[in-house]
Amino acid sequence: MRFVNFRTAGIRLAVAVAMASQIAVAHCEEVSATIDNFTFEPAQLTVKVGTTVTWKNSDDIPHTVVSAGKFRSKALDTDDSYSFTFTSTGDYKYFCSLHPHMVGMIKVE
Amino acid sequence: MSDHDHNHNGDGVSRRKVLECMTWAGTGVLWTISGGVPHSLGLVGSAQAAEAKGLTFLQISDSHVGFDKAANPNALGTLEEAIGKIKAMPVKPSFMIHTGDITHLSKASEFDDAERIISQARLDVHYIPGEHDFIDEEIKLYRERYGRGTKGSGWYSFDANGVHFIGLVNVVDMKAGGLGNLGAEQLAWLADDLKGRSSSQPIVVFAHIPLWSVYPTWGWGTEDGARALDLMKGFGSVTVLNGHIHQVMQKVEGNVTFHTARSTAFPQPAPGTAPSPGPMKVADDKLRTLLGTASIIFKPGEERLAIIDTPLQG
Ligand SMILES: [Cu+2]
Repeated sequence: MRFVNFRTAGIRLAVAVAMASQIAVAHCEEVSATIDNFTFEPAQLTVKVGTTVTWKNSDDIPHTVVSAGKFRSKALDTDDSYSFTFTSTGDYKYFCSLHPHMVGMIKVE
Repeated sequence: MSDHDHNHNGDGVSRRKVLECMTWAGTGVLWTISGGVPHSLGLVGSAQAAEAKGLTFLQISDSHVGFDKAANPNALGTLEEAIGKIKAMPVKPSFMIHTGDITHLSKASEFDDAERIISQARLDVHYIPGEHDFIDEEIKLYRERYGRGTKGSGWYSFDANGVHFIGLVNVVDMKAGGLGNLGAEQLAWLADDLKGRSSSQPIVVFAHIPLWSVYPTWGWGTEDGARALDLMKGFGSVTVLNGHIHQVMQKVEGNVTFHTARSTAFPQPAPGTAPSPGPMKVADDKLRTLLGTASIIFKPGEERLAIIDTPLQG
């Protein structure tokens, strides 16, 4: 719980800094996604700028989360997670570089 | 041990019986999916003795050293069993090919363990990588060990007993939404490698992911595999050996024979029979009937190479 408090404090600080420099960062949400049965779930997610998305691999096979030129996880073994914070708007298509038929998208508004 | 039809009495296999078996093995019965594939180490040994000028080599695949989940908590152990069977073959094969996914997570310790076990077969091993062999942070462990003398991400060719062997890499730079990938550079190399070669020379191509479209929904195919096969159109005998799908699958199309080998680590479901292609948990006493290796036999003058899949058990 102490951890959560720290975090909240950090977020407050970030928001304060953002407001001070007149950047409209209003959301610092945490959203989770899963990798299960060779599928990103949900396949499409819409989030606000500043949101951190965390993928957790529940398969017995390693996967990656890769968006060309944007972000790239290392190979995630069973129960490993990867997080990325989206700081600008846009459509982020991503896939698993080991099993490229696995695709997903994050829409950042 | 052997439960081959012609060999149920044990040792007394006559030369005539062996030839019968070989004819039978070479004329189509083997080219079915999965079930009813004969398997007998005794058969391979005797056949080779009868036809010494030919060539027998082994295919081992998907050892996934480091895998320890429910589908097989001891993948290193079953690899060791497979190597034990190879060591016990009455006639030593000429060499072995490993069609990738040597390790599960590309850890140095996994490569070391794999090497320690596989080297016990005392055979030359020609490797090509699977996607699981390229996931270390710097993507260098596979190449340090097996990349010497290869081109690009690890492709190469060599000749043995008049057969031309080509090892291809189709697990690099795969595109989102796509399948396995060879890439323009490798295809150009392949065209060059085949140039000027006699069309009567038998070709054996091996790569991790099937070069043919097995089941694209699960990514079981190679985006530009057809372009590679086009380059081999003029050849009288082409054998394509793959792994990746952890089950035996065979197809003949004109002069081309396609075959995938079993894994030594864990089975995967038949296309479309499960929610995903992930490791398939089966009853403990059934596991070893779904793991194994393959023997490939080339006899001069015969267009098709015979392929015999040998499970660890049954
Ligand atoms: Cu994957």
